[in-house]
Amino acid sequence: MGQNIWINYMVGAAAFLFGIGFTMLLLHRNLLKKIVGFNIMDTAVYLLLATQGYVSGRKAPIIVDGVTSMDAYINPVPGGLVLTGIVVSVSLSAILLALTVRLYQKYHTLDMDEIARQCKKEGD
Amino acid sequence: MIEESETNIEKNETNLELSANSEAGYEWIYKGVCVIVCVIIVGVLLYTASYLPPFGSADNPVNNEVSRKYIEEGMYETGAVNIITAMILDYRAFDTFGEATVLFVSACVVFLLLKDEVLASRIKIRENLILQNVGKLLIPSILLFGIYVILNGHISPGGGFSGGAILGAALILYMNTFGLKRTRTFFNQKTYGIITTGALIFYTIAKSYSFITGANHIESVIPIGTPGNIISAGLILPLNICVGLIVGCTMYAFYALFRRGEI
Repeated sequence: MGQNIWINYMVGAAAFLFGIGFTMLLLHRNLLKKIVGFNIMDTAVYLLLATQGYVSGRKAPIIVDGVTSMDAYINPVPGGLVLTGIVVSVSLSAILLALTVRLYQKYHTLDMDEIARQCKKEGD
Repeated sequence: MIEESETNIEKNETNLELSANSEAGYEWIYKGVCVIVCVIIVGVLLYTASYLPPFGSADNPVNNEVSRKYIEEGMYETGAVNIITAMILDYRAFDTFGEATVLFVSACVVFLLLKDEVLASRIKIRENLILQNVGKLLIPSILLFGIYVILNGHISPGGGFSGGAILGAALILYMNTFGLKRTRTFFNQKTYGIITTGALIFYTIAKSYSFITGANHIESVIPIGTPGNIISAGLILPLNICVGLIVGCTMYAFYALFRRGEI
């Protein structure tokens, strides 16, 4: 183990959040809970990116009083990346939820195993 | 009620029997393997986190010449005071164009999947006097705030995405308060198509001059103006308005499609 685990506690929190989301994705049979787990994984990635851009004692990258020195502002690149991530995750969640609605209309259940069983029955 | 619960219990029992018959021991192996895999993933991530450079230090490798260029020259080259807006709508405007397209395409997919006229004709929103009177006060101010956030995207925190989300919230509140029929008088499927495709086409045309100037779209014909004024920063303000329109309409379209199967 390296020495920075306690200083990087936010990255550690992001790792735990990612693990929680991944576990939900694998263990839950309910499709809605799988989508919630997916969104928790997204949140973990945003937390990681926001942590990487922060520099202690500096302000948000909006120029005040014409000061354009790098020592005054935090890194603006992770902010733009998080924005991209949020938009893509919103679109993906909408498509996943729409597919779930259609599956529920056809099979009247959200259980993945039950849907698979009914699919198999239809195939026979 | 009692009958319903009884049938539910019966159903649960049959389900249990089914799973017991087919996948009894298999289920436990699957769950155990899942937990082990997740613990290993979290462990590897924590191990990596312990070797990352310390949080909040100015000497981290992420604070390299890229962010230096954006911070030190961004305002002079683009005219926007908000560096993140300058970055996403000028230096990397095509990335944001991709985001807007992703939103538009996902709205189209949801429309294809959920269009349902039977459901739309069946659901009726009850008129509520308290909600309507509060809505008359709230909706104009929410709309005004959304427009403020969009128009000030280059000189303060905010921009097309956040302002568009606020506009979408105002539209959703309007639909819930006054019903779909009154919303349809000014916003229907045709308006949605015109607004979003129009904004996307304007975005494409506005940014395509960078192909002619050799992909260096820093110097444009539009003057930068004084940084800090509302009419400044060249193309960033119209592009912010485009993005805001797309995001607001798409948020409302998502809600309307999930709620009643039509825009």
